[in-house]
Amino acid sequence: MNFAVLQFPASNCDQDAIHALRDVFGHSARYVWHKETSLGDTDAVIVPGGFSYGDYLRCGAIARFSPVMQAVKQFADNGGLVLGICNGFQVLTEAGLLPGALVRNRDLQFHCEHIFLKTVTPDSPFTSKIPAGKSLKIPIAHGEGCYFADAETLARLKANNQILWQYCSVTSDVTEGANPNGSLLNIAGICNQRRNVAGLMPHPERACEPLLASDDGRWIFKSMITALEEKSAAKAA
Amino acid sequence: MKAKIVITPKKAVVDPQGKTVRNALAQMGHQGIQAVHVGKYLEIELAGTDREAARKTLDEACHKFLSNPVIEDYKLEIE
Repeated sequence: MNFAVLQFPASNCDQDAIHALRDVFGHSARYVWHKETSLGDTDAVIVPGGFSYGDYLRCGAIARFSPVMQAVKQFADNGGLVLGICNGFQVLTEAGLLPGALVRNRDLQFHCEHIFLKTVTPDSPFTSKIPAGKSLKIPIAHGEGCYFADAETLARLKANNQILWQYCSVTSDVTEGANPNGSLLNIAGICNQRRNVAGLMPHPERACEPLLASDDGRWIFKSMITALEEKSAAKAA
Repeated sequence: MKAKIVITPKKAVVDPQGKTVRNALAQMGHQGIQAVHVGKYLEIELAGTDREAARKTLDEACHKFLSNPVIEDYKLEIE
């Protein structure tokens, strides 16, 4: 499989994404500079974490207008898989590819710690392989990760099963105490209505090897890879 | 021409910065402060004199880019 990892000025989690995809999972992964107007031969796009454009104006507000985002929008419109991680999630909400917005953490502090995620639904190419009932230990590192959407949007997310992950305790209880940033409904990650574009604030690419205190992040990539392989097999048939 | 834009968080969005500043003001001894909302202020210098055209362009810029309508409101003034 060919993964494209975008690079905006001041993205800084692109190398971790490439490392996970290439060295841990053995797939082809390449950097795509934000000025490129074509994604080339790509099976999935990762919009990585960082502080694109210094988080100036709003996180992801300027990156969303980068030339490459036109190609990403086209790719998503054609059903391609897109995963936004942290700043990537912010870019996707600013670009309108995902609903809602990410605002400053409720306690105004930058949180750099491990949290636990409850997988709300296995019904997506990002969650299908996550073992049922398993809480995922994944690191977060953000100052603006509080998910917000108005009541109507939240109702729609729930009705359409678009909430993929919620912050929870190690025993999978979705509580206020387990919520590091004040996100409404403890939302850590969502997908679009079509279920081919997803975003999450935690960093699964930094949790693919036991050496990094958790390799629970690999289930998310395994889900994507399985979905891509099934798609590929279906095409060949 | 000069445009002045004030961007504020929507009422529905929790504004912890605003609350923190209000608490700090109270601690400093300022009485009667009920609420504080922290926003952004932009000053844009424009060429030309056509205020109508400028307003149209900037309204679009405000709506699409300078503010995020999901979480912010804006007020545009052209001098």
